[in-house]
Amino acid sequence: MALKMVKGSIDRMFDKNLQDLVRGIRNHKEDEAKYISQCIDEIKQELKQDNIAVKANAVCKLTYLQMLGYDISWAAFNIIEVMSASKFTFKRIGYLAASQCFHEGTDVIMLTTNQIRKDLSSPSQYDTGVALTGLSCFVTPDLARDLANDIMTLMSHTKPYIRKKAVLIMYKVFLKYPESLRPAFPRLKEKLEDPDPGVQSAAVNVICELARRNPKNYLSLAPLFFKLMTSSTNNWVLIKIIKLFGALTPLEPRLGKKLIEPLTNLIHSTSAMSLLYECVNTVIAVLISLSSGMPNHSASIQLCVQKLRILIEDSDQNLKYLGLLAMSKILRTHPKSVQAHKDLVLQCLDDKDESIRLRALDLLYGMVSKKNLVEIVKKLMSHVDKAEGTTYRDELLTKIIDICSQCNYQHITNFQWYISVLVELTRLEGTRHGHLIAAQMLDVAIRVKAIRKFAVSQMSALLDSAHLVASSTQRNGICEVLYAAAWICGEFSEHLQEPHQTLEAMLRPKVTTLPGHIQAVYVQNVVKLYASILQQKEQAAEPEAAQDVTQLMVDRLPQFVQSADLEVQERASCILQLVKHIQKLQAKDVPVAEEVSALFAGELNPVAPKAQKKVPVPEGLDLDAWINEPPSDSESEDEKPKGIFHEEEQRHAKQRLPEADEEELARRREARKQEQANNPFYIKSSPSPQKRYQDMPGVEHIPVVQIDLSVPLKVPGMPMSDQYVKLEEERRHRQRLEKGRKKKKTKEKGKPRRHGSLHTESDEDITPAQQVDIVTEEMPENALPSDEDDKDPNDPYRALDIDLDRPLADSEKLPVQKHRNVDASKCADKEDVPVVEKKAKKPKKKEKKHREKEREKTGKEKEGEDLDFWLSTTPLPAAAPALKSSKHKKKKHKKEKEEKSKDKKKSKKKPPSDEAAEPVENGALDEEPLPPMSSYCLLAENSYIRMTYDIQGSLQKDSQVTVSVVLENQSRSFLKNMELNVLDSLNTKLARPEGSSVHDGVPVPFQLPPGISNEAQFVFTIQSIVMAQKLKGTLSFIAKNDEGSTHEKLDFKLHFSCTSYLVTTPCYSDAFAKLLESGDLSMSSIKVDGISMSFQNLLAKICFHHHFSVVERVDSCASMYSRSIQGHHVCLLMKKGEKSVSVDGKCSDSTLLSNLLEELKATLAKC
Amino acid sequence: MIQAILVFNNHGKPRLVRFYQRFPEEIQQQIVRETFHLVLKRDDNICNFLEGGSLIGGPEYKLIYRHYATLYFVFCVDSSESELGILDLIQVFVETLDKCFENVCELDLIFHMDKVHYILQEVVMGGMVLETNMNEIVAQIEAQNRLEKSEGGLSAAPARAVSAVKNINLPEIPRNINIGDLNIKVPNLSQFV
Repeated sequence: MALKMVKGSIDRMFDKNLQDLVRGIRNHKEDEAKYISQCIDEIKQELKQDNIAVKANAVCKLTYLQMLGYDISWAAFNIIEVMSASKFTFKRIGYLAASQCFHEGTDVIMLTTNQIRKDLSSPSQYDTGVALTGLSCFVTPDLARDLANDIMTLMSHTKPYIRKKAVLIMYKVFLKYPESLRPAFPRLKEKLEDPDPGVQSAAVNVICELARRNPKNYLSLAPLFFKLMTSSTNNWVLIKIIKLFGALTPLEPRLGKKLIEPLTNLIHSTSAMSLLYECVNTVIAVLISLSSGMPNHSASIQLCVQKLRILIEDSDQNLKYLGLLAMSKILRTHPKSVQAHKDLVLQCLDDKDESIRLRALDLLYGMVSKKNLVEIVKKLMSHVDKAEGTTYRDELLTKIIDICSQCNYQHITNFQWYISVLVELTRLEGTRHGHLIAAQMLDVAIRVKAIRKFAVSQMSALLDSAHLVASSTQRNGICEVLYAAAWICGEFSEHLQEPHQTLEAMLRPKVTTLPGHIQAVYVQNVVKLYASILQQKEQAAEPEAAQDVTQLMVDRLPQFVQSADLEVQERASCILQLVKHIQKLQAKDVPVAEEVSALFAGELNPVAPKAQKKVPVPEGLDLDAWINEPPSDSESEDEKPKGIFHEEEQRHAKQRLPEADEEELARRREARKQEQANNPFYIKSSPSPQKRYQDMPGVEHIPVVQIDLSVPLKVPGMPMSDQYVKLEEERRHRQRLEKGRKKKKTKEKGKPRRHGSLHTESDEDITPAQQVDIVTEEMPENALPSDEDDKDPNDPYRALDIDLDRPLADSEKLPVQKHRNVDASKCADKEDVPVVEKKAKKPKKKEKKHREKEREKTGKEKEGEDLDFWLSTTPLPAAAPALKSSKHKKKKHKKEKEEKSKDKKKSKKKPPSDEAAEPVENGALDEEPLPPMSSYCLLAENSYIRMTYDIQGSLQKDSQVTVSVVLENQSRSFLKNMELNVLDSLNTKLARPEGSSVHDGVPVPFQLPPGISNEAQFVFTIQSIVMAQKLKGTLSFIAKNDEGSTHEKLDFKLHFSCTSYLVTTPCYSDAFAKLLESGDLSMSSIKVDGISMSFQNLLAKICFHHHFSVVERVDSCASMYSRSIQGHHVCLLMKKGEKSVSVDGKCSDSTLLSNLLEELKATLAKC
Repeated sequence: MIQAILVFNNHGKPRLVRFYQRFPEEIQQQIVRETFHLVLKRDDNICNFLEGGSLIGGPEYKLIYRHYATLYFVFCVDSSESELGILDLIQVFVETLDKCFENVCELDLIFHMDKVHYILQEVVMGGMVLETNMNEIVAQIEAQNRLEKSEGGLSAAPARAVSAVKNINLPEIPRNINIGDLNIKVPNLSQFV
C-alpha cells in the first residue's frame, strides 16, 4: 500500500499540468493531433490512479482539450469523482469540467444528485457557490426536481453571494421542472426587494426572463416594478425593468400612459447611453400601444425622434446603428415623424459601416413617396457606382427595385424614368441580379402599355450595345437583361424605329456566346422582327429590300443551328427552313408578309399567378375520367401520348408553311378549335363581350382585356435617368401652373401633391404625363368568384383564421385548463412549455395577496382579477357550446354562400337570420314571433357595389376583431381586383399580410360577377376598446363590362362601436351575483321613454344587437351579462315600466360602460 | 439570455469557449469558426453588433463583440439583453481579467484558461448576468484564490519543481515566443454602473 503511494507520487513528478499541455501543443504545431492523442492516452493513465490531485489535474487538462473540440464525455465518471473531492481546488475543477461537457444525455449525471445536495448545504459558501454555478449549466429535469427544495432554501441564505446565485439558478430549475414555479414564486418576488443590489438584480433578471415568455401573467407585478424603476439606481436593473415594461405595455395601454412621464424624465436625466436607448425603445412601444383616442403624444414622439437623431449623429457607430434600428420601429407607426429626417438617413448611406448602410436602406424603403422617389433613387444610383463590394452593390440593386416596384409601382409617376434607371443598372458588372432587372423590364413593358414605345427604343439600344454581350462570359448575371430586351423588341416590334438595325444586332455572331435560354429567345424574336420588317417593306413596295432581309436571315441563322443547346438548335432549324421557303416565294414575287406576320398576331397579356387555378371546370367535364381506354399496362401509357405528340408535331410543322391562304387558315383554326375543345388540358375561354380581337385570325383563344390607351408618349430622345429629375421637375412646375389656370381639370391633370394615403392616389388621378395604365393581371373569364382562394395556404388571412380557431376547439372541452392550453400551444416549440402552464396558474394565488395593495395603488390590475374570475368561476362550460355553435355557423354560412353565389344572390340575408336564432333563444323565453334581425349594417353603396358589415370579437384574442364585409355586385359589370384599405389609427389597425406597408390595401380574395355577393373577412387589431371608433377606408376595384374596364372606388367609414367588442358570454346567476357584490365595478344608468315593443322582443333585440345574454328574468325585469374581448365584465339590469325602460349598468371600466349605454339608448330609442 | 461567450484571437484560435446551450463539440468548433469569419472582415471602427450567424440562434440572436489587441470577445445574446448593456458587460469582464492577471495579455488566457473560466463564472451564470459590479467580482475571485492557496493548490511543490526541471529540456521556452504586442490594452471606457 505504502509502496503504491510512493509510486503514485513518483509518477506524478512526470505528469504534465495544464500549462505543460498548452506549451506542448504549441510546440507541436505540425503534428498537433498526434501529440494530443498521445496526451489523451497519458490522461487516461492518470485518471486510473487513486490520487485525487492527479485526477483533478487530468480533468483540468481535459477541459482544455474540450475547448479545442475534443469529446471528453468518456471521462464523465472521473469528472464526478473530482467533483466529489473534499478540497475546493479539486471540486472547482470537477464542476467546471462538468459544466462544459455534461448535458441531459449524460447518463452518469444522476449519480451527482447527492453530491450536489451535499455541496449545496456545505458550510463553505464557495463550495455551495461552485455547485450552483455548475448546476446552472447542466441541470436536468431530474436534478431540478430533486434539488428544487434545497435551492429554494438557499434563496434565503444569509450570504448575499449564495442568495443571488440561488435566485438566478431558479430560472433554470423552472425551465426543467415547471411545477416548482408556483411554490417558489412568492419567495422570488420577495427577492425583488432584497437589501443586496446583486440579489435584487438577479431576481429582476429571472422575472424578466419569465415575463418575456408570457407577459400577461406578470402584469400584476407592474406596480412593484414601477416602484423599483423610480427608486433603483442600478442601470443594469433599470434596463431590465424598462425592457420588461416594453413587453407589458401592449397588453395594458393604461400602464403605458403612466410610464410616459418617468421614462421621459429618465431620458432627460440619464447619462448612460444604454439606459437612454432602452427608455426610448420602451417609449416607442408605449406610443405604439396607446390608442388614438388618448391625448396626443406627439411631444413624446418628437422627443424620441430627436434623441434618436442625436444617437444617429453620434460618432459612435454602435449608437448610430441602434438609432437607426429604433427609428425603423417608429417608422411603422409614425412614418411622418421619421420622414422629416430623410437627410440623416441618406447621410447614413455614405457610412463606411455596412451594417449601418443596410439599416439605412431598410428605413428608406418606408420613406419613399411619389415626390421624393426620383431623388432617393438618384442617390442610391450614385451609391451603386461607388460601392466596392459586390454584396453591398447587389443589396443596393435589389433595394432600388424593391423601392420602385413596391405596391404595384405606386410611387412611380414616370415610367420612362424607371426604364432608364433599369437600363442604367445594366451597366453593373458582375451582379447576380440580372434576372431581377430583366423581370422588371418585362413586367413594366407588358403592364404599362403606354411605355412600350419608349421601352422598345431603349431595349433596342441595349441589344445594339456590345458591352452586355461581351460581358456574358460566365461570371456575369447581367446578360440576363438581354433576355428581356430581345423579347420586348420582338414582341413589340411595331414600335421599333429601325427594326433592320436591331435585327442585325440580334444576329451578330457574338450572340452565340450567350447562355442557351437567352439565345433561344433571340431566335424566336428574330422571326417576329423579321415578320414586321417584311410587312413594312412590302407595304412600301420595296421587294428588293425584303429579299435582302430574307437573305440576311438565311445567312445568319445557321450559326444558331449549330448551337449545342437543344432549344436553340431546334428553333433555329425550324425557322431556317421557314425562311428558306419564304425566300423561294419571294423569288416568284409572291407577297408573303401577311402570312408571316399572322404567325405572331395577337397580343400577350399579363396573367395573374392564380389564374390557372381559377379556371372553372366546364360543365360535363370529368377531369378524373380516362381520356383513352385505360392502358393495359404501364408501358403503353408511355407510348400512346408519344404517338399523338408525334403526329401533331408534323401537322404543325406543315401549318407553319406560309402558302396557306386565308381560307386555309380559317379551316385550320376550326380544326384547332375542335381539337382544343376535345383537349381537356386546354384552358378554354368562355365567350365574353370583352373580346376585341375576336375577328383577327388565330387569336380568339387568347383572353384579352380592353385597355384604354392614353395619349401616346413622346419620346424625347433617350434621356438618362438623371435628366428625368429635371424633366420631372419642369413637368410638375408646368402642371402647377396649369392647375392654377384650369381649376376644373385639376383632378385629371394636376400632379397629385402629397396625398396622405394610397387610395387618394388611385389610377384615376394619375397625371397625363405619367401616361400609364397599369394593366392589371389577367384572370380567366368566369373564374370561380368564391372561396377558391381560401384553400390557398399562402393567404395570410386564411392562415390566421385557422390559427385562431384551433386552440379554441380543444380548450372548449377543458374549460378550466382553457387558458393554459392556449398558452401552451403558443409556445409549443419552446423548451419551456410546462413553465408556461405553470405560470398561468400562479397569478391566482399571488393576486389574492396583493389585490388590495394594487387596487389602491394604480387600480389598473383588472386583468389579474379577470384571470382570477376566469379560473375560479365556471361560466365556461356554458360558454363553450355557444362559442362552438357560432363557429359552426360561420363555417356553414360560408359554405352556403359558396353554393349560393353560384345560383342565386340572396346569401347576404341568410346568415344574419341564421345567427339571430341563437341569441334569440338566449333572450326570449317563450316563442313569440320576432321581427327579422340582421347584425349586418350598411357600410357604403354606389351603383356598382353594396357593402354591409358586421364586427365580431373573440374571447381568445383580446386585441383582435374580425370584420366580415358582404360585398354585393349591383351592376352589370364584372368586378375584380377588389382591394380594401383603411387609414389605420393608433388604436385600430388593419392586419395586413406580412411584409406589406401600412399604406397597402388588403386584396379581397374573390371576384364578383354581376349580381353576386360574397363575404370577405378582415382582421383588425385593437389596443383599447373602451371607446367607439370610426375608420375611414376605401374599396378600390376594377369594373369590367362591354365598354371596357374602369377603375372605381368606394369610400366608407367603418364604425367600431363598443358593442362590437362584446362577446356573448353566458353567466350563471351565482357568479353574476358574486361579480356584482365584489364592488369592483363602476355603475351608470339610463332611461328611455316611449317604448312600445314587448319586453320579450326588447330583450331579444338587445341580446342580438349588443351581444348580451340573459342571466335571469323575472316578469318585466331582467339581468344580462356580457364580456368584452379584453375581459371587462358588463352587467345590465333592465326594468320595463309602462312605456319606458330603465337600464342600470355595471362594468369594470366606466368609460366603456357609458359608451355602451349610449349605444343601447340609441337602439332602444328605435323600439 | 446569453447563449454563448467566445473568446478567440486574431487567427481564430479559441481561447475561451462557453456555451449555455448544449452543442456537440464539432458544432461548437464550427460556430467558433463561423463567428470568427464574421467578425474578422469587420473594421475596428464600425459597429459592434452583428445579426446572428446561421449556426447559433437565428434572427432573434445578435452577436455583440469587442476587439482588444489580439483578442475578440464575442457574446451571443437574444433580444432580452440590451445591446449596449452587453457591450459594457464585456468591458467589465475584460477589466476584471486585467485586474486579476495584472495587465492581462493573450498568454494569460492561453495558459490559464481555467482561471478565466472561474472569473467568467462570477460574471455570468448559466447564461444570465450574475454581477456587474467589478469590485464585487474581484473580491469574490480573490477570496476563492486565497482558499485555493490555503489548500496548497492543484500542483503541490514537488510537481512544480519537476516541471521546472522539465522545462530546461524544452527546445524552446514559449514565454520567449515573440507574439508582438501582447498586452490587451484596456481603454478607459465609461464605467458601467
